[in-house]
Amino acid sequence: MKALLTGNEAIARGAWEAGVLFASAYPGTPSTEILENLARYQEVSAQWAPNEKVALETGIGASLAGARVLVAMKHVGVNVAADPLFTFSYTGVNGGLVLVSADDPGMHSSQNEQDNRHLGAYAKVPILEPADSQEAKDLVGLAFWLSETFDTPVILRLTTRVAHGKSLVKLGEREERGLPPFKADPGKFVMVPANARRRHVAVEERMEKLREFSEDFSANRIEWGKDRRLGIITSGISYHYAREALGEEASYLKLALIYPLPEKTIKKFAEEVEELYVIEELDPVIENQVRALGLKVRGKEVFPILGELSPELVAAGFRGQGEEVAAPQEGVVPRPPVMCPGCPHRGAFYVLKKLKVVVTGDIGCYSLGVAPPLSAMHSLICMGASVSNAFGFQEAYRAAGGEGPEVVAVIGDSTFLHSGMTGLLNVVYNGGRTTTIILDNDTTAMTGHQDHPATGMTLKGVPAPRADLEKICRALGVEDVRTVDAYKLAEVEAEIRAALQHEGPSVVIVRRPCVLLKGRGPKGYYVVDQDLCRRCRLCLRLGCPAIEVRGEQTWINETLCNGCSLCEQVCPFNAIVRGGEESE
Amino acid sequence: MSEGKGNILVVGVGGQGTILASRILAEVLLQGGYDVKMSEVHGMAQRGGSVVTQVRFGQKVFSPLIPRGEADYLLAFEKLESLRWLANLRPGGVVVVNDLELPPVSVLTGQAAYPRDIAEKLKERAGTVKLVPAQALARECGSIKSQNVVLLGVLAPFLGIAKEVWEKAIAQIVPAPTVEMNLAAFRAGWEQ
Repeated sequence: MKALLTGNEAIARGAWEAGVLFASAYPGTPSTEILENLARYQEVSAQWAPNEKVALETGIGASLAGARVLVAMKHVGVNVAADPLFTFSYTGVNGGLVLVSADDPGMHSSQNEQDNRHLGAYAKVPILEPADSQEAKDLVGLAFWLSETFDTPVILRLTTRVAHGKSLVKLGEREERGLPPFKADPGKFVMVPANARRRHVAVEERMEKLREFSEDFSANRIEWGKDRRLGIITSGISYHYAREALGEEASYLKLALIYPLPEKTIKKFAEEVEELYVIEELDPVIENQVRALGLKVRGKEVFPILGELSPELVAAGFRGQGEEVAAPQEGVVPRPPVMCPGCPHRGAFYVLKKLKVVVTGDIGCYSLGVAPPLSAMHSLICMGASVSNAFGFQEAYRAAGGEGPEVVAVIGDSTFLHSGMTGLLNVVYNGGRTTTIILDNDTTAMTGHQDHPATGMTLKGVPAPRADLEKICRALGVEDVRTVDAYKLAEVEAEIRAALQHEGPSVVIVRRPCVLLKGRGPKGYYVVDQDLCRRCRLCLRLGCPAIEVRGEQTWINETLCNGCSLCEQVCPFNAIVRGGEESE
Repeated sequence: MSEGKGNILVVGVGGQGTILASRILAEVLLQGGYDVKMSEVHGMAQRGGSVVTQVRFGQKVFSPLIPRGEADYLLAFEKLESLRWLANLRPGGVVVVNDLELPPVSVLTGQAAYPRDIAEKLKERAGTVKLVPAQALARECGSIKSQNVVLLGVLAPFLGIAKEVWEKAIAQIVPAPTVEMNLAAFRAGWEQ
């Protein structure tokens, strides 16, 4: 049976077929749907972890017990999980473990476009890269075999176009594996220095064996074109772009195991063709290794190092035109993402802009607070950074003996539980007085509404104990913890002002469910009474997509308005009223 | 399809239902016996930003991305978005566009102007332009939420796959309580 699946759906299917018993992840575009799909199989224990480090560590525990394990994360999530990963590379596995790293070239929904293929050489682990959904499913199975055969974690590296691209997949059946009896092996799994030194030897031997194996690995293949003039080494989605652009005009060495590389096969391929190119997105990872073999090869001198490739960028590279950019259609106004009408994050940013404070931001929908007209964010680095960024900013002024500007950290509920808590502990421990605003919308919104430890529900839909944000903050040592309704603008302002006045560290929890959560948003809509409106346009400062200027007048689009009432609260002339009531 | 292959760009604003429409489209093309590839955008862009789904079909499809200027069909859920992606349409191609204007924030706040000559620009490049009052048609069928299916209905006859195949795919994919409404919306589009 065949089905049209995204790469992420195919990976979930492949993991289920391979007999995976345990899977864990923290949501992150473009990886999120892998666990959402795995959770549908009753044989698999699939969980959201509070962060990627915890996901991998739990996975390592399950591997130690002998289970096949899949953990998934976006590229930057692997940074969080890097600590266990690098040492897990030394211990190796008991049950096979596959770590999916979903990279985001072009930064469709990310803060950087790091190339996680570097992890192969860095963490000394094999990396497989699929080019479409069928390969994604097949390579999951092969990854488990590699993991157990060579005693190593295996990285399956995706990019956005593979993760979110749909193509046909042949479905198979599940292979039940069960668990072997536990056999203690501290020499392998307890990484005190003496054991780790021995394991490092094993790691180097393993990589050598993998190098030899790569020469015969069936998923690495050569496709000869109509002649031997042009040879292309490529992998992943770049293979399809190259095929699209060059067709039978070129021959292809299409790699699935991209670390370690099959050096002899590459040398042989290079001897057979007149000109050799590497076509790869982002960094010259394969190109540099090919060059190190002493081969003459071209790559990044003609293809861009930035962003995604495409069939036309590949073609342009061969025409010698480098990064040609098509002229945009004249008169097309950009349409960047915006906070939704009724978004509970809007009011806090409106207040922060008004208070003219420095705002250190974090990862989530609320990063849209940087966009005009709210324009209330001054830094955004990574998950959980806001709290420590704000504290460090204040510490610089404290050390210099000066009075700095007021600073506020803004972080979402899911992000706070991911890695904001430790930053807050640091503020308390080191005597800071940082104000942290937790925008609690009761979900992980940006990635598509996943549950987390404070929503009271697991990935499998089982009710769970609700982590209490107020109690956590108090337990970390913050005495001034306030909670306020995100839709009550005056109260949000009063609580933030009061928290800023507080001598010690403070937390303001601004709470309302995400307006996109079914049945939990406000009701009704608002309209502008044109007789009362004085055209001051203060309501436009909210940056709500439901409020628009038509000529001289300001209107509210009833079909978009979610009835949050913020515009009614900012209007000084009472010109904004609930719809359906103005004529009664 | 005479050549037995084609490229379709589905464009709109995050939240308009482009992904659901593309799922139906891909299912129908599969039933039509084609290899199909599709590329979507998830995550941040979906929050009211410009979104695009690329659908390709044929005997064998390599790149999931449509090479620039090679889209045969542009299915636009909003007028400004049709203009944004127009250069990706092959000259003489087909545009099906919702007669709906959703101004971006810069227009809402009066800092930029919504282009007024969209229909003319579409006609300059496309061979066929269908401007569809999808919101009104969807409302007649029960909910403006089925605008996406109305628009699919307008595109459908161009693709040469039987109406029944479309209707079966819609019934399979949309939520059960909305099947009848969406089928009505599809037929309303088909008759345009």
